[in-house]
Amino acid sequence: MRNKFAEALYRLSRSDPRIHIVVADISPAGPMNEFRKEFPERFINVGVAEQSMIGICAGLALKGMLPFAYTIATFALYRPFEMVRDDLCYQNLPVTVVGIGGGVIYSTLGGTHYAQEDITIAGAIPNMSILAPCDPAEATAATEYLVGADRKGPCYLRFGKAGEPDITKDAIEPFRFGKLRYLRRGRDVAILSYGVTMGLAVKAAAALADKGKSVSVIGCPTVKPLDREGVIEVLRSHPRVVVAEENAPRGGLASEVKSVAWDIQARCALQTITLKDEFVHCYGSHEDLLAAHGLSVPAIVAAAGG
Amino acid sequence: MSAAPRRLANDFDTTAARERCYRLRRRILDVSQHVSALHVAPAFSCMEIVDCIYHGLMRKDESGAYLDTFLMSKGHGCMTQYAILESHGTLPRSALDEYCTKDGLLGAHPDYGTPGIAASTGSLGHGLGMAVGMAVAERNAAKAKGRPVPTIYTVLSDGEVQEGSTWEAVMMASTLGVDNLVAVVDNNDFQSLGRTSETHPSFYPLVEKFQAFGWETVEVNGHDAGAVFRAVTARKGAGKPFMTVAKTVKGRGVKYMESVPIWHYRAPNPAEYKQALEILEKVQS
Ligand SMILES: Cc1ncc(C[n+]2csc(CCOP(=O)(O)OP(=O)(O)O)c2C)c(N)n1
Ligand SMILES: [Mg+2]
Repeated sequence: MRNKFAEALYRLSRSDPRIHIVVADISPAGPMNEFRKEFPERFINVGVAEQSMIGICAGLALKGMLPFAYTIATFALYRPFEMVRDDLCYQNLPVTVVGIGGGVIYSTLGGTHYAQEDITIAGAIPNMSILAPCDPAEATAATEYLVGADRKGPCYLRFGKAGEPDITKDAIEPFRFGKLRYLRRGRDVAILSYGVTMGLAVKAAAALADKGKSVSVIGCPTVKPLDREGVIEVLRSHPRVVVAEENAPRGGLASEVKSVAWDIQARCALQTITLKDEFVHCYGSHEDLLAAHGLSVPAIVAAAGG
Repeated sequence: MSAAPRRLANDFDTTAARERCYRLRRRILDVSQHVSALHVAPAFSCMEIVDCIYHGLMRKDESGAYLDTFLMSKGHGCMTQYAILESHGTLPRSALDEYCTKDGLLGAHPDYGTPGIAASTGSLGHGLGMAVGMAVAERNAAKAKGRPVPTIYTVLSDGEVQEGSTWEAVMMASTLGVDNLVAVVDNNDFQSLGRTSETHPSFYPLVEKFQAFGWETVEVNGHDAGAVFRAVTARKGAGKPFMTVAKTVKGRGVKYMESVPIWHYRAPNPAEYKQALEILEKVQS
């Protein structure tokens, strides 16, 4: 995903001199090196100094530029939190904070590298929008939106690592900012997710289909602002809805969908599976970490009544 | 006010240190063969420094427990610390054998609660602040009990010295006059994206910066464990924290890893591993 993001950004930056990339001593994703070579004055490495990374992005944006801050999610969002809040969000500046390794994907690096509450934290700040693409194609579409004319204000762009499989190839709907995206539509159960976890949703749907269920798989790449109307439609048109989310249990998609369900007095069964409100001291593969939090394909299948 | 009496400079056997560091580097290379990636070069960079802290500088009480504390501020260098803790029996051998696996005890950064680990680090720029807090706590507790003041040792990377938080702690340490704090910067002049001197030419001079902030500061060869030992034991203390700017080579010990950025976080493949064992040096200085 991050390679497609860098590729799209490089392509767009040829005709858009506002685009700047500010990194904090992190290896640029493949095509970002091309950007760096071609536009050395628009590529800034601040060193291991994330607070100044965000401050500099704010300054660039105050003078009309379109900056992208780029580093590991915890260091992009947590270390410079007040700069993100005051400099970017309070001033409502079009800065994209790119968090690599959102969630617990850096599964051998330990608690200091697990961004297990990044969505909650970014989502708590007024003006901040959140995009969490699920595959390379969606990452490209999200990047095009962020450089396009409709984009306003700060955005937290949550990525996994690299090498995610394509899962939106046969999607029945395109990416649109602020809208849910059906990958497939069914009648019995809807699985709602975003980001890398969409891969689990797709696998769970396949397992449920094998058991004869008709399943909707719905992506929510714009985690904020939430497509409220879209969520209401999902809750009304399925007897059973499961939200699978790689984020803390509060302040993310799961709790938002629950609150919408209450507001409309939804009749469907609604189950949410998130990370735990707990620091899980464990290592291994990404799947191992998610499973330690209770988030897995079998858990989604079970929640979907399979 | 001043720290507890120190040992004499001839207490530290540099020949034994050289053998130990060779074995520790070897052990890290062995562990590299069970994982897809690990921070080899960062560990080799601070090997002699951390060895000297554990085996020369840190004092033990009558029961054999360490009186002083070591905090690995550059958390990604923890393989060095893990290998030392294993050699002491503080960590079981299985811990390193199962490094970064599902049922293992150890991940790629130190985790508070693991035997021998003083604090959770891995995000750069946290260690020095915690070390200052520990130094104050030890000073106040020792005063209350009328005991010698334990020393806090910490190792920072030069990359993390770029964090604003590091400089906040630098200023505070001298304000608090914690002369039971000994910090070492592993100054290999490399960070993730290249050379430190190219990333920030004004990063240097470094010694003068710490001195200007009120630290007693010396520069030493960080691969000469004896030099590190002598520099730290010769410190005046006298109300000032102590900084050692240790000149190092990232990846020191295996020629093809030295100052080559990819070895920041990569495990050698089997052929590279074999070659590494053949050329692994007993680092002199
Ligand atoms: C706050 C923070 N920002 C970024 C990183 C990612 N990171 C890990 S190591 C490193 C730099 C490596 O260079 P240096 O700090 O000098 O360490 P050494 O050369 O000793 O390996 C970076 C940027 C981090 N761990 N913490
Ligand atoms: Mg360095």
